[in-house]
Amino acid sequence: MDAIEVVALRKRFGAITAVDGIDFRVPAGAIVGLLGANGAGKTTTLALLLGLITADSGVVRVLGHDMAHDRFAALERMNFSSPYVALPYRLTVSENLRVYGHLYSVRRLEARIRELAETFELAPLLDRPAGQLSAGQKARVALAKALVNRPALLLLDEPTASLDPDTADRLRAWLLRYRAETGAAILLASHNMTEVERLCDDVLMMRAGRLVDRGSPAALISRYGLADLEAVFLDIARGRPGMAA
Amino acid sequence: MSRSARRIWGLIYRHLALYRRSWPRLLDLAYGPVLQMTIWGFTARYVLSGSGGALAGTAATFLGGVLLWEVALHSQMGFSMSFLEEVWSRNLGHIFVSPLRPREMLAAFLVLSALRVAIGVVPAVALAWLLYAFDLFLLGPALLALFANLLVMGWWVALGVVAMVLRHGAGAGALSWTVLFGLTPFAAVFYPVAVLPAALRPVARALPAAHVFEGMRAVLQGAAMPWAELAWAGGLNLAWLAAAVALFVFEFRTARTRGALLVIGE
Repeated sequence: MDAIEVVALRKRFGAITAVDGIDFRVPAGAIVGLLGANGAGKTTTLALLLGLITADSGVVRVLGHDMAHDRFAALERMNFSSPYVALPYRLTVSENLRVYGHLYSVRRLEARIRELAETFELAPLLDRPAGQLSAGQKARVALAKALVNRPALLLLDEPTASLDPDTADRLRAWLLRYRAETGAAILLASHNMTEVERLCDDVLMMRAGRLVDRGSPAALISRYGLADLEAVFLDIARGRPGMAA
Repeated sequence: MSRSARRIWGLIYRHLALYRRSWPRLLDLAYGPVLQMTIWGFTARYVLSGSGGALAGTAATFLGGVLLWEVALHSQMGFSMSFLEEVWSRNLGHIFVSPLRPREMLAAFLVLSALRVAIGVVPAVALAWLLYAFDLFLLGPALLALFANLLVMGWWVALGVVAMVLRHGAGAGALSWTVLFGLTPFAAVFYPVAVLPAALRPVARALPAAHVFEGMRAVLQGAAMPWAELAWAGGLNLAWLAAAVALFVFEFRTARTRGALLVIGE
């Protein structure tokens, strides 16, 4: 079963078409990158997948559940992390994890919090308010929150934005380990092409609300005859003649 | 504990943890009611001293009015502020993509609202008894019905405020502080509905609070509880609550369609 299946998905905001009839699937256990310039429609697509926005038309099926009619069954088995959505600043790290553990009805919650603290090296931070953490520490806490329910599908919006290379590298290693251990699927919106090349099995390229190309990072680089994925990204974002239709 | 109860508890726990770490928030809960009670307590004492005890009933209705109106105010603030805390902390995105159903979110806010009423109003009730020898429990078992009606009135006003925040963004949160204050002149807290100009009386009679305070005044002045007033209050509350729930559901759906849940903090 696919983790995500999107068919003819469309969303307009007034005169602006944010998502223009896209189709894609994310197989279980795959890591798929969602790439595009600012305003390409990535955030709207993620919001549609999470049920934060209702589609004008089309189908979004997540973990076998139709998000238009059965979104809570899917939401129990997925999770989300973005540096642009904060965790309550005044609550400590352990309180934050406890809150989300309860919201996701996590069994043996205290043991799960200890496990996450060990994995993400959060033990010394558990009693610190989230607002007093560095950017790197916050990113680790956000990822711990996103994994609190052992999701079968993880949606990540620029998970390593503003992180130093060391923290970003460790975070990527944790994601790969999580996928290897659980077989979870990950959909990743990112502007970091090195990250996408390292993590993603497949890449979806968006421009002006449409999916304009897709394939593995290596296949895309080869098809465009360019040096790396960043060059492919620039080609597509700027709509150069070599761009696939 | 069922999964639904776990999710409701999760949101309640989030706010209890917040209050535990923020003494200004805790202080704020009791500050308003205690301040109001102090002001109206001295006012009542002054009225009594000038009348040689003839206006004892009137003074008692002032104090009863202050205490019971604080129930509605705190009920409304407890509910709408809990929602606004999520907006201000930019946490709504996480809440709305969690399995927490909107009805469970509202249930958590109802519990938090009731807790806020208890923490805010109990010190004022104690103060009224200690400083001014006013015993709110003189109202007898009917007190429970008066109290419940004002609690529910606070809830539907708060639901309306939350619906406006969903439509207009965080700026509409200012309504939290003003809507119920704006209704005070029509709520007949300190004077009977009959005092209002005839054109305004229908407005007052459409509010459950006006019937609650008419009932309270009757009991404090020695009459039997006018149960018809309480029945009106209960019926009006049900009607307003149903309308507020319908408005909330409509605005929540509209916000999902417009993509407003992504930018509600702005």
